[in-house]
Amino acid sequence: MDNNNKKAWLYLLPAVLFLAVFMVYPLIDVLVYSFEEGYNSASQTYLGIGAYNYSYVLHDPYFLQAMKNTFILVMITVPVSTMLALLISLGLSSIKPLRDLYQTIYFLPYVTNTLAVGLVFMILFKKTPYTDGLINLMLAWFGSAPVDFIDGPYPAKLFVLCFYTVWVVLPFKILILTSALASVNRDYYNAARVDGTSKFRIFCRITVPMISPMIFYLVITGFIGAFKAYSDAVALFGTDLNAAGMNTIVGYIYDMLYGDSGGYPSYASAAAVILFAIVLTITCINLLVSKKHVHY
Amino acid sequence: MENHINYNNLQKNTKRRGTVYHIIVYTLLSVWALIVLFPFYWMILTSVKSYGSYNAEYIPAFFTLSPTLQNYFDAFTTVPLLRYLVNTLIFTLLTTGIMMVVITLAAFAFARLSFRGKDLVFTLFLSLMMIPNELVVITNFVTITDWGMRNSFLGLILPSITSVFYIYLLKENFAQIPDELYYAAKVDGTSDLRYLRRVMIPICKPTIVTVAILKVIECWNSYVWPRLITDNPNYYLVSNGIQEIRENGFGRENIPAMMAAVVVISVPLIVLFLIFRKKIMAGVSRGGTKG
Repeated sequence: MDNNNKKAWLYLLPAVLFLAVFMVYPLIDVLVYSFEEGYNSASQTYLGIGAYNYSYVLHDPYFLQAMKNTFILVMITVPVSTMLALLISLGLSSIKPLRDLYQTIYFLPYVTNTLAVGLVFMILFKKTPYTDGLINLMLAWFGSAPVDFIDGPYPAKLFVLCFYTVWVVLPFKILILTSALASVNRDYYNAARVDGTSKFRIFCRITVPMISPMIFYLVITGFIGAFKAYSDAVALFGTDLNAAGMNTIVGYIYDMLYGDSGGYPSYASAAAVILFAIVLTITCINLLVSKKHVHY
Repeated sequence: MENHINYNNLQKNTKRRGTVYHIIVYTLLSVWALIVLFPFYWMILTSVKSYGSYNAEYIPAFFTLSPTLQNYFDAFTTVPLLRYLVNTLIFTLLTTGIMMVVITLAAFAFARLSFRGKDLVFTLFLSLMMIPNELVVITNFVTITDWGMRNSFLGLILPSITSVFYIYLLKENFAQIPDELYYAAKVDGTSDLRYLRRVMIPICKPTIVTVAILKVIECWNSYVWPRLITDNPNYYLVSNGIQEIRENGFGRENIPAMMAAVVVISVPLIVLFLIFRKKIMAGVSRGGTKG
């Protein structure tokens, strides 16, 4: 037994070692950092312990802007993408021919580099002195004046960000919901049809309750993912997100840590802890709501 | 008789309604398919337009009659695109390879060996799954900087070669292999490591391949960590590379060449996806994130 013990730990050693150094230690360290006031990374000294870092971050207009952007992004993209994914997977599951083709196409954004394809979106939406861009050309067909979606008014920028985020996250949701729909027992539908139940009623009373665990799973992961939005914004607006007024919370953390405005690991830590607290709260609320409403 | 006619009518009505329904469904699905495909079409189209003709188009054209490969040539000669690709390839292969070894060993220990405190350790492992990357990245950045590993492959690779989730996935799969096989192998005097190599890995190959592919996708697209840890373009991965190209790549905005670079970066993963389509989609629905 003792021999076996040693052997087992030997097998676990690499994983434990890496997790300890790059996950457990940082977890404790980030909390410590966030309470060390006036930390100087060159001399590794600090002035005292306290909540100053939190108060600095919470009063920083850049952080408040980032909070605002992130919350709007979350509130728009999570419901929109979940509904759209539900709609599309319902459509997918009601057809036979070409279904594989559609599924393959819908999955493509998942395997693409967010940064690279974001550039294509930027070009589609951008208005430059040389061209209004394709989207503006289409808007012009409906008689609308050209809008600069990348450097222009705030709502326009926000729209592009939301649109791109939905485009990026949909493949995962469609995939999950399609397989959830496929696993619903056909007998329920047949029984309902014998009773002459209308399609809409079948959808509300059978389909949605049957796949509600998966919908809630998607809502929860969707919230967590959307709160961590960052590379989509970088892809569209460039690395200087503060200047563009389109920073996200995660973006703020990285900007504090590194780059032209960086060098403040304490502020970054405080912001990271705040983000974690927000995500944890929202997830708990989600779980409570889902306990009440998931019928299964 | 009248009843009969009614039935016929009913059937016809239902059929017609079914057809209309299908037409609507196919139209809507095609609209979304177009929205998904259009950016890909646009990047390929733009990448074969010449610099001059692209900039002359005030109203963008939906096709081009004189495609050129000049932009691809520019993408490889004016900016170090090839270097970015090679870097990413090295990074992806090394990270995935080392990670597979580490997680296979750990999953084997959890699934097959019995040792004191196993349940406790496994629970601790699982609870680590809830820790968001953003929380630990700050200290990791400081650690790697202190170790003098910025702008090196070691610094890029080290923090991402363990994944609790993949250990869990693999452990579940390993645990399904009947114990009898293990005891039979023990009677024959097979060592644990040999049993792992000769029996468990071959049986669980589908899961192992899936995990590896998911990791490759993750590595190819990783942006945040490489950006923090490298500021020397010699060590840029494709994500940072494309950002660098965007910000100060081809002089005045040479969008066709930029799009050529985007195509080159996107193609490897799309090819990988088309080859392993079924595996990737099954794997993502079991263990995907990003969404």
